[in-house]
Amino acid sequence: MLYREAGQFKASYQEDQQIFPIRQDRIGFAAILVFFFGVVPLVANQYWLQAILIPVLIFSLAAIGLNILTGYAGQLSLGSAAFMAVGAFGAYNFMLRIDGMPFLVGIVLGGLCAAAVGVAFGLPSLRIKGFYLAVATLAAQFFIVWALVKFPWFSNHASSGVITAQRVEILGYAFDSPVSKYLLTLAVVAVLALLAKNLVRSTTGRSWMAVRDMDVAAEVIGIRPMHAKLTAFAVSSFYCGVAGALYAYTYLGTVEPEGFSLDLSFKILFMIIIGGVGSIMGSFFGAAFIVLMPIFLNVVMHSVFGGAMPAGMGSNLELIIFGGLIIFFLIVEPHGLARLWQLGKEKLRLWPFPH
Amino acid sequence: MQLKKTALIGAAIAGLLASGYVAAQEQFIGLPSYRVGPFGSNGASLYGGWIDYMMMVNERDGGVNGVKLSWEECETEYNNARGVECYERLKNKGPTGNSTFQPLSTGITYSVLEKVAQDKIPMVTIGYGRTDAADGRVFPWVFPMISTYWTQASAIVNYIGQKEGGMAKLKGKKIGLLYHDSAYGKESHAIMDKLAEKHGFELTKVAVANPGNEQQAQWLQIRQLKPDYVVLWGWGVMNATALRTAAKTGYPREKVVGVWWSGSEEDTIPAGDAAKGYTAAGFNVAGTNYPVVQDIQKLVYAKNKGNMEDKSRVGSVLYNRGVVHGIITVEAIRKAQEKFGKGKPMTGEQMRWGFENLHIDNKRLAELGAAGFMPDLNITCADHEGAGKLKFQQWDGAKWTVVTDWIEGDRQLVRGMIEESAMAYAKEKGITPRDCTKEM
Repeated sequence: MLYREAGQFKASYQEDQQIFPIRQDRIGFAAILVFFFGVVPLVANQYWLQAILIPVLIFSLAAIGLNILTGYAGQLSLGSAAFMAVGAFGAYNFMLRIDGMPFLVGIVLGGLCAAAVGVAFGLPSLRIKGFYLAVATLAAQFFIVWALVKFPWFSNHASSGVITAQRVEILGYAFDSPVSKYLLTLAVVAVLALLAKNLVRSTTGRSWMAVRDMDVAAEVIGIRPMHAKLTAFAVSSFYCGVAGALYAYTYLGTVEPEGFSLDLSFKILFMIIIGGVGSIMGSFFGAAFIVLMPIFLNVVMHSVFGGAMPAGMGSNLELIIFGGLIIFFLIVEPHGLARLWQLGKEKLRLWPFPH
Repeated sequence: MQLKKTALIGAAIAGLLASGYVAAQEQFIGLPSYRVGPFGSNGASLYGGWIDYMMMVNERDGGVNGVKLSWEECETEYNNARGVECYERLKNKGPTGNSTFQPLSTGITYSVLEKVAQDKIPMVTIGYGRTDAADGRVFPWVFPMISTYWTQASAIVNYIGQKEGGMAKLKGKKIGLLYHDSAYGKESHAIMDKLAEKHGFELTKVAVANPGNEQQAQWLQIRQLKPDYVVLWGWGVMNATALRTAAKTGYPREKVVGVWWSGSEEDTIPAGDAAKGYTAAGFNVAGTNYPVVQDIQKLVYAKNKGNMEDKSRVGSVLYNRGVVHGIITVEAIRKAQEKFGKGKPMTGEQMRWGFENLHIDNKRLAELGAAGFMPDLNITCADHEGAGKLKFQQWDGAKWTVVTDWIEGDRQLVRGMIEESAMAYAKEKGITPRDCTKEM
């Protein structure tokens, strides 16, 4: 009964088209925003902000990016980490080479670089599909990392190819404390996530989904598959690029091209599979799961069983349990965490009387 | 059965809690280790040696002036993002917080380089990391001790020159640099270019992609080039593959000289016969016949408290390197206590002073039971490197044999480059270098 919609009538188109048509959702969403913007910075310590929340937010953004491409437009991609690298190195170079470049503009330009590269590597999607396309994006993964290493100009001729992010400053305010970095990351992620949510409900989003479900049928009803696919690649890469720039600027501080390896691409792919393919909220769930679970296991292994078994075994057990959990989870709920959330909502709608 | 298990776990938790309450005077050391992944076996040996040394100090001396050493591991998987998480997690543990951070990964070193200065936690990167951090005036919180990559590259070239019968003979020779394509591998480029120019040898750089288990193309290239020597700049699984592929392509292993991260049993044993005759640099030697290692066997392993699962690796190169980490950390605690009060746990800031004033001469090394085990060390405010000496060891198919005395690099050349690079960093970041004449 928590989700009782009785009495909520939509009397105008505007009301019918809002993101959260149910009042409970609107209240819940506002409460979540207030909690993360207002309460978390007050109660969370440095460790939580810097080492847990910031990476979860950044990976959520990258997962949204991949979800747009794979979940909504149906184009498989294994190059998300490379697009993150383009965003990071792009933003770094814009801020390095243009004096007085504002931080947010630099980040957006980094994202646009990634979008351009994404479109270039998305071109094969016009001809090939599925696994074949995945292999084409795999080429992007290898090519981009190779190019960033090969041409020292990208890393400003640093002796080891590592870039150190510049100070983050907006309108004279320096974002150097964990709280301020967290709030900045959260603000960027929240805005882009809302944007993504709206985008997938718009004409563009609908054309993506039409192409995903059956591209021939989509073409027949007047959707341009080329346009749909390339916009999906552009938007997806833009999101990954911004995530990469944030990864460099608000999380690690220094990044090297090897940091954006195939491993990371797979991790982002796991995030959307675990979280829920074709769901913005699922991207957040998936990122939280993939980032937090290994840390949780590590802490548990050390604090509970630390003395009782060899350290090497603990580390290996962590991986085993993590892998096992993923498999178990996918068997029990193949549609991901977002589906669980949806089921929970359905149950709450009827609660406490299931029939 | 179920009851027994529950009781066991309960007892373990109770024991853990109890141990936490008893030891109030303890020095906490956070260990960002890795025991899984492509470099896992290396991490296991090194951190094993380090933990065993600290355990031995606790057993034998009851800690440092009565302050017990305590530590906690955090698995990084050699991954930068996980390393940052570990750094943050360990930062505030123990009565005085984490007293030193030693990640054994160049990538993680870079990622926390600015954080350690903010949090006032000294980062000790023995034999790796950002080379120009050896300039303590610009990097007060980073200690790339014993030998940086640049000194090492220079010492390797000196060794090759020595083998050829004089540095002048290097002119016109061809040297290949087979490197791990990462920040770690590329750290060597600047100095190798400079040395090639100075001594007139021809340098060819050949990159191997991470983690390095595919090198067919690279060795084909080497076979075409026919270099007089190949410097192997690898880590983990890359080294054994390099030696095996060298054997397959018929390149003599006697002409392959490894850096210290390519010179452990973890690299040669998997390569089997292909490793025979291969030489590698090292700033510590292998073997168990040093009093310090024997103390560990007597006081730790005899009581079944050892950290190594594979006890046969006690005394291996990387295990002994872990002992070096232990010796340096414990000596720094001792030094800091002399100034800031014996019998008290030291804060990160006090530890930094301890590291910066660390002088371990040969006499002290003999007292520690480590004469000839590692080079003597003299850290100052300006010079965070402090030794710069290497020994070369050759693999005879079963064990490492030391083939040279301590060889030094071209200190003058390297120091000049370090200062130049550090100043460029200071300028980029707006740091005013410290005035070392005013420090005591």
